[in-house]
Amino acid sequence: MKTRRAGTVLATLAGIAAAGLLQARCAPSAPKGSKKGAVVSDVANAAMKVYVAPGDLDEYYLFASGGHSGQMYVYGLPSGRHISTIPVFTPYPATGYGFDDESKAMLGDLTWGDVHHPALSETNGDYDGRWMFVNEMNGRVARVDLRDFKTKQIIGPVPNVSGNHGSAFVTPNTEYSVMASRFSIPIPKGTAVEVAKYASDYKGVVTGIKIDPNTGAMSIGWQILMPPFDYDLGDAGKKVSDGWVFFTSYNTERATGKLEVTSAQKDRDYIAAVDWRMAEQLAAKGEGQAIGGVKVIDPAKHPGLVYFMPCGKSPHGVDVAPDGKYIIGSGKLQGVTTAFNWEKVQTAMRNKDFSGDEDGIPVLKYESIKDAEVPVGLGPLHTQFGPDGFAYTSLFVDSAIAKWKLGSWEVVDKVPMSYSIGHLTAAEGDTVSPDGKYLVGLNKLSHGRHLSVGPSQPEASQLVDISEEKMKLLLDFFTEPEPHYAQIIKADKIKPIEVYPKEENKHPHAIWDVKDAGVTRTGSKVLVKMITVRSTITPTDFEIKEGDDVTVAITNIEQTTDELHGFGLLDYNINIVVDPGETKTVTFKAKKKGVFPYYCTNFCSALHQEMQGYLIVR
Amino acid sequence: MRRSLEKVNRFLDAPLDVAPRVLLALAFLCLAPAYVAPLYNMTMFAPQYQDGLRLDIYSYKLQGGNDNQDVKEINVLNHYIGMKDLVTEDFTEFKWLPFVIGIIGLLFLRAAVMGKASHLVDVAVLYFYFSLFALWSFAYKMYQYGHQLDPKAAVRVDPFMPPLFGYKKLANFEVYSYPQLGSYALGAAAVLVLLALAMAWRQWRREA
Repeated sequence: MKTRRAGTVLATLAGIAAAGLLQARCAPSAPKGSKKGAVVSDVANAAMKVYVAPGDLDEYYLFASGGHSGQMYVYGLPSGRHISTIPVFTPYPATGYGFDDESKAMLGDLTWGDVHHPALSETNGDYDGRWMFVNEMNGRVARVDLRDFKTKQIIGPVPNVSGNHGSAFVTPNTEYSVMASRFSIPIPKGTAVEVAKYASDYKGVVTGIKIDPNTGAMSIGWQILMPPFDYDLGDAGKKVSDGWVFFTSYNTERATGKLEVTSAQKDRDYIAAVDWRMAEQLAAKGEGQAIGGVKVIDPAKHPGLVYFMPCGKSPHGVDVAPDGKYIIGSGKLQGVTTAFNWEKVQTAMRNKDFSGDEDGIPVLKYESIKDAEVPVGLGPLHTQFGPDGFAYTSLFVDSAIAKWKLGSWEVVDKVPMSYSIGHLTAAEGDTVSPDGKYLVGLNKLSHGRHLSVGPSQPEASQLVDISEEKMKLLLDFFTEPEPHYAQIIKADKIKPIEVYPKEENKHPHAIWDVKDAGVTRTGSKVLVKMITVRSTITPTDFEIKEGDDVTVAITNIEQTTDELHGFGLLDYNINIVVDPGETKTVTFKAKKKGVFPYYCTNFCSALHQEMQGYLIVR
Repeated sequence: MRRSLEKVNRFLDAPLDVAPRVLLALAFLCLAPAYVAPLYNMTMFAPQYQDGLRLDIYSYKLQGGNDNQDVKEINVLNHYIGMKDLVTEDFTEFKWLPFVIGIIGLLFLRAAVMGKASHLVDVAVLYFYFSLFALWSFAYKMYQYGHQLDPKAAVRVDPFMPPLFGYKKLANFEVYSYPQLGSYALGAAAVLVLLALAMAWRQWRREA
């Protein structure tokens, strides 16, 4: 009896186990829908759209920031071909940048920069093709002249701004390029205060870099003291909202330590709205307290200068619609992006419709200023615009782009991105008149969408056709690490020169006749005037003494396009490239005795190899 | 013999009718372009020079395409084969050509105004002598440039004659050489003078 019962129990258990086994499955080897691939495009159609035949030119320039590579990269669209690299914050031996006296002085002690947000100069809110401004994290902004695609000025590190992330966005007539602290610190720089006093003693700073309308020369216009939040991105108001500039901020908790947790406690952070015309007037009147050599204006003492607009948790991008009526803020930890109505914002400012204040800066009431929370998808970051009232928002977590309509707030289409899109840039998509046509997703991860190159992987950018109702993926191409923001401009808006006209060369050491080349000595200072032209470097040799301070001034007297000449001096770490019609100098101490060959590094002619000479140090 | 010489003399003394005088005046006008328009053009294409290197020869100067940059480029390229630089100063023609054309113009006017057949014959002969001399001078210049090559040049090429008219392939270059407006106008002046001469002769024969 006992055994029979035991048998029954065992049989039952076996049955349960068998049923369990029948139920057991393994996790699939790939996610649902993976057989389709992350994205499938209509191959033939896409190929036709991106094919630029040999000898033909692209329709658009794409200027991509190079992140911590410190450079800017120029691509052609729709081909996605990398055309050129513009060295900005990092030496670039390919063009001799950071080796000659001028660019070396411009870089200063920093040979690294974390380039983030390029901003093309604008006239009436439209790209005018004159300059490119670009920021980097060490508190600097650079100006690239699009006449010759060269970095002409680097301003900074600007006092008081720490971690210049919210930059280099320009106002609609390029009056200002802005800066904002991502990492609040005690100011002036050089003040050491323990992190425990973060909430009270650390400060953020917003800066307006004034731009000379004729030369593009940058100078510090004004600075505003801000509560210790992390100011992330910005955009200038346009048309109806012209005169204002907006910055997102996270960590309005004023937390420290493990920010991924501590700064994500409040449901809303802020978009700061700054009246830059008022800041300009206050600066003109000499208002503000001198900190670190700059007059910093306290907005608590000047009502109307700064307001906070509450926005979804930890917002990243803030983008102003082409007509200036909507300000789009994306809380990256939410599934919605928020559209603020500028008219309502102004009404709330006028009516003092506040929900509180932060260090004396009024916080507007969220419900009074927002028009819609658009359910775009998970992890919304940045928004760009088309010509027809459509907006495009990048979704980091969803790894997709959402297309939605301003005003009706409906999401009409989505296109997957491979993978984890950060910024996105549409053709002239942040101006008052976006072109539509193309959009590029600047993805953070590429995960094997390219031939494997080992663990250090490139970033994947993807070209999307936005000319029709449905977005269509056209092309993958790979961008240097790492594109944060980028700008797309119609090619015919930029008219670069291809040689420096001789008449414009005002360099004091420029010479144009080989008879003038040679060595002049003043004490231990030696000036060597040099000419490069196919296929000789004149002088072909020169002698100096050990310990001399040598300046070599090289003029490339060519006036023909693409006839660049290099000057590589072995064992002295000198590498200069001089463009046609240009004069560059390099100064060094003759520390080593001996014979040092120099030669043309940039291939120029059939007798390029013979373009060489000797430096003799006695 | 003597009769025909006398006949010629009678012709030379004969007054010119209106038509030949008008033609002479027109021929005078045809000289004007030689002061403003190029006489000759050479254009060279190579794979690296898709837009071509262009050289215009005026009566008084050399003018390169692309803001004269093409002359410099041609000289840079030619120095590899040891050719002398093309420089305006080396062309003595530029000193006398405009002056001589001016004199011929005055002589055209003289014949038109004073109106004797001998004036017309004088200037016609002078004009043809001048034209042939100028052509020879120009051709000889080209010959010299193509033949007086530095024996120490990096690239040794056989002496060559650049094309005077039409197309020639020289190394990697396609070279095209053609007269320009200035030359065509000078040619038109020659035609008008010849026509004037023929009319004068026919008219004199008819009247005699």
